[in-house]
Amino acid sequence: MQLTLWTYEGPPHVGAMRIATAMEGLHYVLHAPQGDTYADLLFTMIERRDRRPPVTYTTFQARDLGGDTAQLFKDAAREAYERFRPQAMLVGASCTAELIQDDPGGLARALNLPIPVVAVEFSAYQRKENFGAAETFYQLVRAFAGPNAPPAGTARVQRPESCRPRANLLGPTALGFRHRDDVAEVRKLLGAMGIDVHVTAPLGATPADLARLGEADFNVCLYPEIAAPAALWLGRTFGQPTVKAVPIGVGATCDFIREVASVAGVDPAPALGDPASRLPWYSRSVDSGYLTRKRVFIFGDATHAVAAARIASEELGFSVVGLGTYSREFAREVRDAARKHGVEALITDDYLEVEAAVKKLSPELVLGTQMERHIAKRLGIACAVISAPVHVQDFPARHSPQMGFEGANVIFDTWVHPLMMGLEEHLVAMFRDDFEFHGDAAPSHLADTGTAPAAVEQPGATTLWAGEAEAELKKIPFFVRGKARRNTERFALEQGVGTITLETLYDAKAHFGR
Amino acid sequence: MFCGLTGIVWLHRKIQDAFFLVVGSRTCAHLIQSAAGVMIFAEPRFATAIIDERDLAGLADANDELDRVVARLLERRPEIRLLFLVGSCPSEVIKLDLSRAAFRLSQRFSPGIRVLNYSGSGIETTFTQGEDACLAALVPAMAASIDRALLVVGCLADVVEDQFSRLFAALGIGPVRFLPPRHAAELPPVGPGTFFLLAQPFLADTARALEARGATRIAAPFPLGAEGTSLWLQAAAAAWKIDAARFDAVTAAGRDRASRAVSKCREELAGKRVFLFPDSQLEIPLARFLSREMSMELVEVGTPYLHREHLAEELALLPPGTALSEGQHVENQLDRCRRARPDITVCGLGLANPLEAEGLTTKWSIELLFTPIQGYDQAGDLAELFARPLVRRGLLAV
Repeated sequence: MQLTLWTYEGPPHVGAMRIATAMEGLHYVLHAPQGDTYADLLFTMIERRDRRPPVTYTTFQARDLGGDTAQLFKDAAREAYERFRPQAMLVGASCTAELIQDDPGGLARALNLPIPVVAVEFSAYQRKENFGAAETFYQLVRAFAGPNAPPAGTARVQRPESCRPRANLLGPTALGFRHRDDVAEVRKLLGAMGIDVHVTAPLGATPADLARLGEADFNVCLYPEIAAPAALWLGRTFGQPTVKAVPIGVGATCDFIREVASVAGVDPAPALGDPASRLPWYSRSVDSGYLTRKRVFIFGDATHAVAAARIASEELGFSVVGLGTYSREFAREVRDAARKHGVEALITDDYLEVEAAVKKLSPELVLGTQMERHIAKRLGIACAVISAPVHVQDFPARHSPQMGFEGANVIFDTWVHPLMMGLEEHLVAMFRDDFEFHGDAAPSHLADTGTAPAAVEQPGATTLWAGEAEAELKKIPFFVRGKARRNTERFALEQGVGTITLETLYDAKAHFGR
Repeated sequence: MFCGLTGIVWLHRKIQDAFFLVVGSRTCAHLIQSAAGVMIFAEPRFATAIIDERDLAGLADANDELDRVVARLLERRPEIRLLFLVGSCPSEVIKLDLSRAAFRLSQRFSPGIRVLNYSGSGIETTFTQGEDACLAALVPAMAASIDRALLVVGCLADVVEDQFSRLFAALGIGPVRFLPPRHAAELPPVGPGTFFLLAQPFLADTARALEARGATRIAAPFPLGAEGTSLWLQAAAAAWKIDAARFDAVTAAGRDRASRAVSKCREELAGKRVFLFPDSQLEIPLARFLSREMSMELVEVGTPYLHREHLAEELALLPPGTALSEGQHVENQLDRCRRARPDITVCGLGLANPLEAEGLTTKWSIELLFTPIQGYDQAGDLAELFARPLVRRGLLAV
């Protein structure tokens, strides 16, 4: 049993719902109690979808348990077919239905519906949402593209010179963080290189589209958490290479373009020199000087967290003080990235552990999920959202990608916005006792943040502060005060100073410098 | 429709030193987070002990695991005085005995902390039935008393409770106590002298438990709208033999304010056709308010469960021939709703946006649980909840 306050991922059947909801012409019949229908609101409220997810729940009750829940499933599946007439049906069980072991796959096949039925099974008490999405997508791809697979060992037919290269975009789902906008950006990048998008899946794809996946020259795996198993299988089955670079950030976008160009045998130059790529200049402009070595803590799914760490250090000049993920399946990738930034990776899905890490590191900026937004808010630290799970505010009306050069522009704006502006930071430091401009004031362009709480600067238990040193510490702006206190206490401990005086405070400042 | 776990979203704010620990799956944690996440940013007083493979395979003793989780939780939140272990679909299916666990943990942590249990599982409860199960679990913990007292039963906003307290005091009815209390230590006593008024229409088990302790239910409509509030207060006044003149004098100002407040929305709502999907069990009192005070036409009134005894006074006030439906077959209900093209549809969060996209105006019903709507001074707010979607539709030119 695990004590959980907030969870980063839903159960695996919610992952399956994200695939089914993203697609057209597919209906998901889910063996589940009434209460599980809450999942509809994720799509209709949080993502603001204008249609109900294509999901029929069997809604069994306690009194059905002694009776025939299998019949209930069969009735629901038959009714769903009659009512929605989908091209194909996905069937499975939620965690409670898994316990009663009704075998939805077998039951659905026994109905002899005139459409293909794909069954997905998860270990719901072990697996989570992203696994459910990845497994579902993989099973669907296999089921529909599989019949068109060439015999094993068949060499891939080379694309004729006269044809433009074709790529599949794999991974965007319903309820994905900026998936809609990422797809548009990646299409633009490929278009600039003369590459056509053959099938985008699962977002907007029909089962018939999945059957055509093998026709493309290569696959682009946009979200490995969701599409990696399907891309691997397509590679093995159809001999299609997979582009693995994920174009989040300017550097990664350039890597992506070069990898695509080499796989497709085209010139990368037309895509590389995009005049609308503004992050590099914005970051170099002198105004951005105050961003230098801002301490950032990063947590999210593996792909977004690793990408964010690279952007933070290489493209904004931040200092990465923490990096972690809840995607245990990708722990290795995140550990490798963390090593590059000289930090220990935090691999956990325990919100309380993440909170403890943020508290301990007291960063100046947290880049995370909706959960880290809770944490940062409580600790009075600036925060920007970089990864699912996200909330309704993170499904903006405007085009707001994370991928491609425009995605990097969006990231620059989004991450810099919560911070206090450079000149303001100086003024606060100079005139600490100004009644409107004091060190506890929040950035002046964020009127609603109010006064920052002081939770970050818990005094250490072992050190004593002299009154005047404590008072002086209060004059340091709140966003660096936690760090100043920690450094000073560490310095005092190292120097064997029992009581921290004004002198100790400034000695420590000289010692650590910035 | 939500399961009974959803009640935790408002109950955990009401009882300020209570904590709700769901014993369930990742789905349960995800449900509460998704339902609550719409509005809650603060550290919640609820959590989930997620059952995992090891518990199911018998590799770990589920009771030991639960004890460990509870100990960790109470260490983290020392201010907790009342802990609810809340059963879920998976805990019911694997027959985890939470009442024994609650008894064991109560002994271990007494006297500081009381541990109770109830089921919010989606195979046994829907949405507001979770509150009923929670309150029913509190009843055995109430002290015995033979004194004559009024007990108001059902979660109400603090501001509404205070208004009712003042009205009862002015009427000369007392002492008045509320269930649930704001703090665990204020759990009211119960006994043969207790007369109770239900403030919510979904409290069948709680009422039965109170009656088993000797308390007497005062039958009344529910305090929604000016009329509902008057009849509700009047039922208590009758039980306390308060004379009519005094009742009129005490309630005149409230009645007057309520009728002035609702009249602002009547113009918008009168004659409009309303369709209520089954969701919270508030549907019948709401329909009565909308039809009698707002002059709306009831197309269909769905309710997940119809308690004919507790709702007898409400049903008598509905226009004859009102189409009632009990239980849920969502696709058939949607078919009827689309055919009827009502002016406003009251429904759950999963249906609201899709119906709006089809051109129907909706009011999401969960807001009716999270907004103070009972009593004279909230009657206008209640009317406004229904008028706003229509006003908004009229305003928008895009």
